[in-house]
Amino acid sequence: MLNKNIYLILIISLVFAVSFWIGFNVNLLPAEASINAPIYDELFKILFIIGLIIFIGMTIAVIYSLFKFRKRNDQIGDGIALEGNLSLEIIWTIIPSIIVLLIGLYSYNIYDRMGGMKELNHNHEMMSSNTEKIWAGISQTSDNELAINNLSIEVSAMQFAFLFNYPKGNFISGELHVPVDQKVSMKMESKDVIHAFWVPEFRIKQDIIPGQPTILNFTPTKVGKYPIICAELCGPYHGGMRASIIVEKESDYNEWFNKNKKPEVNL
Amino acid sequence: MTISIDPQKTNNESFQPKGWLRYFSFSLDHKVIGIQYLVCGFLFYLIGGTLASAIRIELASPMSDFMPRDVYNQVLTLHGTIMIFLWIVPVVNGAFGNYLIPFYVGARDMAFPRLNAVAFWLIPPSGLMLVASYFVEGAAQAGWTAYPPLSITTPQSGQIIWILSVLLLGGSSIFGGINFIATIIKLRRPGLKLMQLPMYCWAMLGTSLLVVLSTPVLAGTLILLSFDIIANTGFFNPVLGGNVVVYQHLFWFYSHPAVYIMVLPAFGLVSEILPVHARKPLFGYTTMVFSIMGIVVLGLVVWAHHMFTSGTPPWMRLFFTIATAFIAVPTGIKFFNWVATLWGGKISINSAMLFSCGFIINFVFGGITGVALAQVPFDIHVHDTYFVVAHFHYIVYGGTVFIIFSSIYHWFPKVTGKMLNEKIGILHFIITFIGFNLCFAPQHWLGLNGMPRRVAEYDPQFQFVNQISSLGALLMAISTIPFLINVFLSVRNGKDAGDNPWNALTPEWLTSSPPPVENWEGEAPLVEEPYGYGKKISEQK
Amino acid sequence: MTTLDSSKEIQKNNSEVNETHEDFRMFGLITFLIADGMTFAGFFAAYLTYKAVNPLPDGAIFELELTIPTLNTILLLVSSATFHKAGKALLKDKNSDSQKWLFFTAFLGIIFLICQLFEYFHLPFGLTDNLFASTFYALTGFHGLHVTLGTLMILIITWQSRTNGGRLTSQNMFPLEAVELYWHFVDGIWVILFIILYLL
Ligand code: HEA
Ligand code: HEA
Ligand code: CUA
Ligand SMILES: [Cu+2]
Repeated sequence: MLNKNIYLILIISLVFAVSFWIGFNVNLLPAEASINAPIYDELFKILFIIGLIIFIGMTIAVIYSLFKFRKRNDQIGDGIALEGNLSLEIIWTIIPSIIVLLIGLYSYNIYDRMGGMKELNHNHEMMSSNTEKIWAGISQTSDNELAINNLSIEVSAMQFAFLFNYPKGNFISGELHVPVDQKVSMKMESKDVIHAFWVPEFRIKQDIIPGQPTILNFTPTKVGKYPIICAELCGPYHGGMRASIIVEKESDYNEWFNKNKKPEVNL
Repeated sequence: MTISIDPQKTNNESFQPKGWLRYFSFSLDHKVIGIQYLVCGFLFYLIGGTLASAIRIELASPMSDFMPRDVYNQVLTLHGTIMIFLWIVPVVNGAFGNYLIPFYVGARDMAFPRLNAVAFWLIPPSGLMLVASYFVEGAAQAGWTAYPPLSITTPQSGQIIWILSVLLLGGSSIFGGINFIATIIKLRRPGLKLMQLPMYCWAMLGTSLLVVLSTPVLAGTLILLSFDIIANTGFFNPVLGGNVVVYQHLFWFYSHPAVYIMVLPAFGLVSEILPVHARKPLFGYTTMVFSIMGIVVLGLVVWAHHMFTSGTPPWMRLFFTIATAFIAVPTGIKFFNWVATLWGGKISINSAMLFSCGFIINFVFGGITGVALAQVPFDIHVHDTYFVVAHFHYIVYGGTVFIIFSSIYHWFPKVTGKMLNEKIGILHFIITFIGFNLCFAPQHWLGLNGMPRRVAEYDPQFQFVNQISSLGALLMAISTIPFLINVFLSVRNGKDAGDNPWNALTPEWLTSSPPPVENWEGEAPLVEEPYGYGKKISEQK
Repeated sequence: MTTLDSSKEIQKNNSEVNETHEDFRMFGLITFLIADGMTFAGFFAAYLTYKAVNPLPDGAIFELELTIPTLNTILLLVSSATFHKAGKALLKDKNSDSQKWLFFTAFLGIIFLICQLFEYFHLPFGLTDNLFASTFYALTGFHGLHVTLGTLMILIITWQSRTNGGRLTSQNMFPLEAVELYWHFVDGIWVILFIILYLL
C-alpha cells in the first residue's frame, strides 16, 4: 500500500514538473509590444500550466487503465462491482470548483490591470457631442487622466479598410502611426458591417460595430511595424482587410505628424 | 404491473414496405427512423467533410487561389451549418435517441410516432435545399452565425434559403425534443423508476429540455432577420436604427445551449459504452445525473462568452466568465467518473472502447481550451482566430464525432446482427486519431500568433503550419475509407453476432438482434440495474 | 398509423399505472406551448432591450392608442371564459350548448382580429418606419397569427361538436381540451404583450 502511494506521489510530481517546465520554456505567443502583452502572457502561462497538468493527468489515467486493466486472454467474468464513492465524488467536485474560482479571480485581476474595468471614456476634443454613448471596449484611461494629453484617434472601418483620423492634425491616414510608450485612445465606429481591430503583438482586440461606437486604449512599448488585422467576417475580402501600425520614437512620430498635418478649417 | 400486448394486433405491418425499402418510406417504426437519421446524417457528413477538405486545400497555400473569396465564405458557411444542423444534432439526438430510448424505457415505440416521422422527413428536403442554394445566386456567406449587417447585405436568395432551412431543421429538432421528453417521462414501462434509467435517457432528457427552451428563440431571431432582409425592417440594421448586438445575444442564447445539444447525448452514449466494455458498473450514477442537469442549467446562462469583444459592458463580461468557467465542474465530474469506471475493470480493447477513450482525451483538451477562452482577458486576444476553431473541433470532432463512431461499433451488431471487423476498426481509429490531432492541434498556435478565422488568404509565415493541418485533414478524409469498407463488407458477410455479443445488460440487448418490429416478443423486460456488472452476469453463469 | 395504434394500445393496457392516453397527448402539447412561449420570450426580450438601449430617433413617431387594445384584451378574456363554458357543457353531454359557446368564442376571436386590423390601418406609423414600429408589428402580428390559427381550430371543433355524428363528445374531450389550452395560452401571451407594449 505504501509503495503504491509513493508511486502515485511520484507520478503526480512528475506531471507537475513536466507541466511547469513546458509552461515556462515553450513560448507559443508572438512578440510583446504593448503594456498589455506581458500581463496577458502571465495569464497565459498560468492557464497553460494548469491546463497541462489536468490534460496530462487525465491522459495518463486513461492510458494507464487501458493497459493495466485490459482483459487478458485467459480472463473471464467482470471487473469489481464498484458503483461509486461519495468522498471521491466530493473531492472531484470541490477541487475543480476551487481551481475554477481561483482562475476566475485571477483573470479578473488581469483584466483590471489591462484597464478593462475602468469606466469607458474617450476625450473628444473635436467631437461636438460629449454625451455620446460608448458601448464597449477597453479603457485604460480614468476620468482624471483624460485631461492629460494623450493621443486620441478616431478609427472608422469599412469594407475593406481601416481609416485613422487624427483630429488634432486634421488628417486621415491609412496607416496607424503612434509614438512609443504613450497612451493611445481610439474611438472606433464602422460604416457598414461589423469589423474588428486586432493587433496580435498587443494582445488586444475590439469589434468595430456600425451604430455603436466602441473604444480601445493601449500603450505600445516596442518600436516596430505590426499588422492590424480585421478579425470579424465582413465579406469576401475579409482576409485582405489589414493595415499596419507603426510604433516609432516620439521624434519620428512628430516628424510624420507634422508632415501630414493640415491647417484647421475655420467654420 | 406488466404490459401484455398481442404483437400481431399491435403491429400490423401490412401498410409498410418490407426490407430495405422501408428505409425510404414514411415509416413510423422508431428503429427505422433512427437508421434513417443516421444514414441521412452520414451522407451530409460526407458533404460537409468534402467542403472541409476544400477549405483545407485552399488554406494549403497563403494565396486565395483554389476558389474565389466569396465562394470560400459560402463553403465555410455551408460546412459549419451542415456539420452542426445536419450531421451532429440529427445523429446524436435523432438517430441514437430514436433507436435506443424506446428500448430503454421499455416501450414499443416513441410517444408520438407520427410526429417522429414528420420530424425526420423535414431534414432531407431542408438539407438538400441548403446545398442547392449554392447553385442559385450563391449560398449564404455570412458564416454559420449569420451576423447582421453582413447577412443583410450579402446576396439575399442564399441567405433566405439558409434561414428557411435552419428554421425547418430547428422545427424538426423541437418536434424531436417534445417526443423524447414525453417518451422518457410518460412512456416508461410500469415499475421502471427514473433513477433506474440508463444514463443516455437522462442525457436526452437534459438535451431535449435545452432544445425546447432555446431553439424557439433561434426561430424567432431568424424570423426577425428574414424580415430585415425581405421587408426592409430595421431590427438588426443600424442604417435603419437597429441594433446588431441584440441579434448576437438572441443567436447565442440558442447557439451556446446548442453546443450542449451536440455533446450531452454523446456523454450519454459514452456512459452506455464504457461499462459494457470495461465490465464494471457506471461509476457514480447519481452524481452523473445531477451533473447533466447542472450542465443544462448553467448552459442556459453563459451565452455572452461568444461576445466578449463585441458590444458587451464589463460587468457582463465578468458574469459570463465565471458562469462559463463553472461548467467545467459538472463536466469534470462526468470525466472523472468515466475514468473511475475504467479503473479496475476488465477492459476489452476494441474499436468502440478505443474511440471512447479517444473521446475522453480529446474532449478534456478541448474543454480546457474552452475554460481558457472563458477568461475575458484571454479571449480578447484569441477571439475569432484559429484558436477558437481548434477549440471547437477538439470538442465537436474529437468529442462528438468520435463518440458517433464508437457508438456505431457498439450498436452495429444490434442493428444488423453482424459484427464489424475489429482489425479494420482499429485501423480506422488510428488513422482518425492521428489525422485529427495533426489537423487541429497546430491551429491553436496559428490562432495565438495572429491568424484570424474565416479567411481565404493569410500571412505567408503561417504556411508551413497550415500545411501540416491540411495533411491531417487529408488523413481524416482517408480514414473514412476503411470505415465505409468495413460497414459494407460486414453488412454483407460479417461474422454473426448473436443476440448479445457484448454480454451487455441494458435492455436493448435483451431481445434478438436485429430486434423484431415490436421490440420484444412478449412483454418488455424490467431492467432494474442496467449497469449491474460484476453482480448479475457472474450469477447467471 | 399502425404504430400509433400500438402506443395507444400500450397506454390502454397499463392505464391502471400510467395516465390515460388523452393526458399523454396533453403533455406533448404543454411541452410545445412552452417552446412556443420561448419564441415570444425572445421577441419580448428584444423589444425590452431596444427600449432600454435604443432611444427613439428624433422625429420618429411611435404612439399607441389604448382604446382598441383594451377592448381586445376584454374580448380575449371573455372568450376564454366562454370557451370554458363550452367545455363544461360538453362534459354534461349538452352538445348543442357547447356548440353555441364554441361558436361564440370563435366569433370573439374574429372580432379581435378585425379590431387588430382596424388598429393597424389607423396607426400613424408603418412596418418599416422605425425600430419600434417594426417590433410592434412583429410582436402583434406573430400573436395575431396565433389567434387566427386558434380561431380556425375553434371553428373546426365547433363543427365536430355537432349533435349528430360529431367526433367531439364527453367521451372524447381531447380536441376541445387541447384547443382550450392553446386558446388560454394565446390569451395569456396577449395580456403580457398588452402590458409590455401598451402600458409600459
Ligand atoms: C459540442 C460543442 C462544444 C462544447 C461542449 C463546448 C464546451 C465549452 N466551450 Fe466552446 N465552442 C463551441 C463548441 C463547444 N464548446 C463552438 C462551436 C464554438 C465557436 C462558435 C463560433 O464562434 O463559431 C465555441 C466557442 C467557445 C467560446 C467563444 C470563443 C470565442 O469565440 O472567442 C468560449 C468562451 O468561453 C467557449 C468555452 C467553452 C467552455 C468553457 C466549455 C466547457 O463546457 C468545457 C468543459 C469541459 C472541461 C473543462 C473538460 C473536463 C473537465 C475536467 C477534466 C475537470 C477539471 C478541469 C478544470 C478545473 C479546468 N467555447
Ligand atoms: C460540428 C461539426 C464539425 C465537424 C465534424 C467539422 C469537421 C471538420 N472541419 Fe470544421 N467547422 C465547424 C464544424 C465542424 N467541422 C464549424 C461550426 C465551423 C465554423 C464555420 C463558420 O466559421 O461559420 C467550422 C470551420 C472549419 C474551419 C475554419 C474555416 C475558417 O474559419 O476559415 C476549418 C479549417 O480548417 C475546418 C476544418 C474541418 C475539417 C478538416 C474537418 C474534418 O474533421 C472533416 C473530416 C471529414 C471528411 C474529410 C469527410 C470524408 C469524406 C470525403 C473526403 C468525401 C468523399 C466523398 C464521397 C465518398 C462522396 N472547419
Ligand atoms: Cu473587416 Cu473582416
Ligand atoms: Cu458557448
